[in-house]
Amino acid sequence: MNVRRLLDRESVLAPLLLLPVVLYVVLFIGFPFVMSFVYSISNVTVGNPDFRVTGLGNFREILADKVFQKSLLNTFIFTFVSVGLVLVFAHALAEILIRDFRGKWLVRFLIMLPWTAPIALGSIGFLWFLDSLFSPLDWLLRAVGLLGKPGALFGPMSNLYWFGRPDLAMAAVIGVHVWRLLPLATVILIAGLNSIPKEITEAAQMDGAGYFRRLFQINLPLLFPVIGVSILFATFFTFTDMTVVWVLTKGGPPPHSTQVLASLAFLKGIQGGDLAQGAAVALFFFPVLAGIAAIVLRLVKKAVVI
Amino acid sequence: MAIVELKGISKSFGQVRAVDGVDVEIKDGEFLVLLGPSGSGKTTLMRLCAGLERPTGGSIVIDGSVVNDVPPRERGIAMVFQSYALYPHKTVFRNIAFPLTVEGMDKAEIRKKVEWAAGLLGIGHLLDRMPSQVSGGEKQRVAIARALVRRPKVLLMDEPLSNLDAKVRHSARDELKKFQREIGVTTIYVTHDQAEAMGLGDRIAVMHEGKVRQIGTPDDIYHYPADTFVAGFVGTPPMNFIEKDGLLTGFRPELFHPAELISDQDPVRFRFRIERVENLGAYSLAYGTIGSVKVIANLSPRLRIREGEERDFGVSRQDVRYFDKQTGAGIRR
Ligand SMILES: Nc1ncnc2c1ncn2[C@@H]1O[C@H](COP(=O)(O)OP(=O)(O)O)[C@@H](O)[C@H]1O
Ligand SMILES: [Mg+2]
Repeated sequence: MNVRRLLDRESVLAPLLLLPVVLYVVLFIGFPFVMSFVYSISNVTVGNPDFRVTGLGNFREILADKVFQKSLLNTFIFTFVSVGLVLVFAHALAEILIRDFRGKWLVRFLIMLPWTAPIALGSIGFLWFLDSLFSPLDWLLRAVGLLGKPGALFGPMSNLYWFGRPDLAMAAVIGVHVWRLLPLATVILIAGLNSIPKEITEAAQMDGAGYFRRLFQINLPLLFPVIGVSILFATFFTFTDMTVVWVLTKGGPPPHSTQVLASLAFLKGIQGGDLAQGAAVALFFFPVLAGIAAIVLRLVKKAVVI
Repeated sequence: MAIVELKGISKSFGQVRAVDGVDVEIKDGEFLVLLGPSGSGKTTLMRLCAGLERPTGGSIVIDGSVVNDVPPRERGIAMVFQSYALYPHKTVFRNIAFPLTVEGMDKAEIRKKVEWAAGLLGIGHLLDRMPSQVSGGEKQRVAIARALVRRPKVLLMDEPLSNLDAKVRHSARDELKKFQREIGVTTIYVTHDQAEAMGLGDRIAVMHEGKVRQIGTPDDIYHYPADTFVAGFVGTPPMNFIEKDGLLTGFRPELFHPAELISDQDPVRFRFRIERVENLGAYSLAYGTIGSVKVIANLSPRLRIREGEERDFGVSRQDVRYFDKQTGAGIRR
């Protein structure tokens, strides 16, 4: 009885309900974050417990490192191309899926499917799909005559060697990442599009606005509070993610053609044992990302909510 | 400005026949009101005119050409939505300017036209505000200004006053009628409020279950209803119906008086048992029965009437309407 009365009091119940989240954030996000910050300005390595603060030395070193520069560029390409493609595809899919048509449930089901598989597993599937010898995609291209013949669009070789060529490897990594983000982005955009009152779209139609004008002058501004946060989320997620890269290419083909900051940090810090430099790589963009987050969140707050 | 003809227009949603063979001709500059209860197909009919729905049968003709396959923007029709549908992220100015921006008109010209439309509706001082910063009545004016700014051939309005409170609604009604006369645009106006319809319409089309039951001037509709549905729907309180000589006899509550007060030498007489009297200031309503049928009389409050009494009441013969008992169709005598 007493416990029950206690639980009715907001001053008791609220902290109690918040406790798990706070614990989670402190233990699994806060603590590692502080640790990596400390590491990044020190000289720690895996084998050497000797700890000395060395200031910004690590940052200076990685900045001068050609591999880091390459990875930085790759990260930007990977992030912005992926997020851009996800936006366009997700919007197209959402536009289709808010309409009524036969077999809609099947299309919906297929689109949501990547979501249900662990990404590592999905990526392994693609590993086979894009295999240098047995790729069914290559087979298909050969079958329709786009590959493996003199004068064919994709060249005369029998295979494309997806993970052997820098541009194709990057395309593959981006493609798989887009495939992975698409379901969630589509669901978010469907929700967003459904939240725009039908009468507003129709008013714009009556006012003579065509599809693209409605998209850019009516729908996107109205969707901004929803997609702004989603873009932010997807950008940061992509910026700091290494799963797809690691499973598909391990940063290769040499020299580091698809290496991104997250995989480089892992390579240096965990595989190479240089915890300090790994932490410096991982933390390098923290201030920039935090700044972008602040700006976008402020814009979203200012934007009208219908 | 434009003549709109609806020829046998139908629209079905699956099994539901929302609009079921409507024939109406709207004259140039006319203010036509579509009146009917909720679900009678008014909105659907209006959306068909606008081009937001495609008819499943019949044709829509504007100024002599069939527009069934013409997209909304090319019909020269503007519409005011029930929810106003203002663009929440654009200022009032940009809302009104939007149809002109779409046409690619130059800035100075746009400003001139927006100011004209805003002036017409008395919202010139609101142009820099966001829709969230203006009142319901002002939103409605912005929506009308946005509809008018392109000088449409036909203006459609779907219950534009229903989101306003009663006081504003009255003055808005008055102004609506005034500016419509001023610019003389052919107007189709949807409402379920019969007082609004009577007050605004040059003609009224009464709809029920997707069909037009009667079309005529407010006077016609009120005094010569085509059937029992129209008679019962228009007028508050509604027309009284009594079965007499194998016909349905209908008479308006305000024409139902104590027999001795009727100038007609030979009125139609009834024995009226008064059960309850409501004094509403300007008039009083007497609720009671004739035989076992409930009827209402709308009387002068000065008349001395007691609850519980039974009196001789009557209706002047010329004010009685007759309807077929089975079909409800009006019978002229
Ligand atoms: N998009 C739609 N899908 C299915 N049924 C509809 C649709 N629009 C309207 N209806 C049906 O058509 C009938 C008429 O609706 P509506 O034109 O909105 O009536 P009103 O405007 O007179 O209230 C109603 O029975 C309504 O349920
Ligand atoms: Mg309606």
